[in-house]
Amino acid sequence: MQPRLKVGVLYSRVRVEEKWIFAAMEKQGIDYERLDDRKIHFDLDDPAPWRTFDVVLERSISYNSGLYALRMLNAWGVPTVNTAAVAEVCGDKLTTSAMLARAGVPQPHNKVAFSPEAALDAIEEFGYPVVLKPMVGSWGRLLAKINDRDAAEAVLEHKSMLGSVQHSVFYIQEYIKKPGRDIRAIMVGDRVLTAIYRKSEHWITNTARSGEGEICPITPEIEALCLKAASAVGGGLLAVDLVEHPDKGLVVNEINHTMEFHSAQPVSGVNIADEIVNYVVQVAKAAGS
Amino acid sequence: MTTVSCPECAADITLDEGTEVNEIIVCSDCGVDLEVTSLNPATVELAPMEEEDWGE
Repeated sequence: MQPRLKVGVLYSRVRVEEKWIFAAMEKQGIDYERLDDRKIHFDLDDPAPWRTFDVVLERSISYNSGLYALRMLNAWGVPTVNTAAVAEVCGDKLTTSAMLARAGVPQPHNKVAFSPEAALDAIEEFGYPVVLKPMVGSWGRLLAKINDRDAAEAVLEHKSMLGSVQHSVFYIQEYIKKPGRDIRAIMVGDRVLTAIYRKSEHWITNTARSGEGEICPITPEIEALCLKAASAVGGGLLAVDLVEHPDKGLVVNEINHTMEFHSAQPVSGVNIADEIVNYVVQVAKAAGS
Repeated sequence: MTTVSCPECAADITLDEGTEVNEIIVCSDCGVDLEVTSLNPATVELAPMEEEDWGE
């Protein structure tokens, strides 16, 4: 008889997604341990406690905590979902853009600059409106739609004077006149599990900002684009966010590596938590074979 | 039925069936985010403030 797998789940808060994942683990009789990222520590001379895990599922809310934990675990040979390499790419918008560009995946037109003056030049080249985004961040926070030069100068000055060092990298994106919605596709390995429209009257359509969900049929185009995008960032459990660009068609806006699915699961009727657990077990078994 | 007191406004809050440790609940009186820190006995604390690198 094969030894029972031991799964670690690294988390910060028990959101509804973690409740569903824990319930799925319990339903499947999986031996799992809850690892609160505020309470754990790593002794770099003692990997043994961590090597008792056949796989660790990373669900930290803090990007930094999750990323560094994954780096330690992967350095010790502990399989993780996702890997540190995937988190490094997906947690940073510019790195994601670079990987998508390398793979020829269509995406919005983006520019990057390292000083407010150069950023203003880049913005003026675009024309208005444009969108300024933080390199790291989520839930639609700190996005700025810049409608004119006055606003550009003000926001750039505020970012450079008040922001952390990361805000001195200016990630500038064309403003896309999307049809009041974007698309979130849930990827499990090499499968597009389900997709939903996220609808909002606001230009930010994130469901963390009260965007509403509606089922989106997975067309061959969506499937092919998602597979290509997931492959470009290293694959795994991913949420690929697509935007319907009026000129370019579907483009990949961002890819999330610790996806929330509080809308996608009830809207789609797909038990995403079950699929996540199945994938995590599959990764552990593949690593052990 | 388990009841806790909001550390911000002292309102009585009833925990739903199936509430988990580390789950975030919202005080229905003052709207503050609270983290459930234990279930037996039931305790809550003010939830940590959202950090810049939080997200998905």
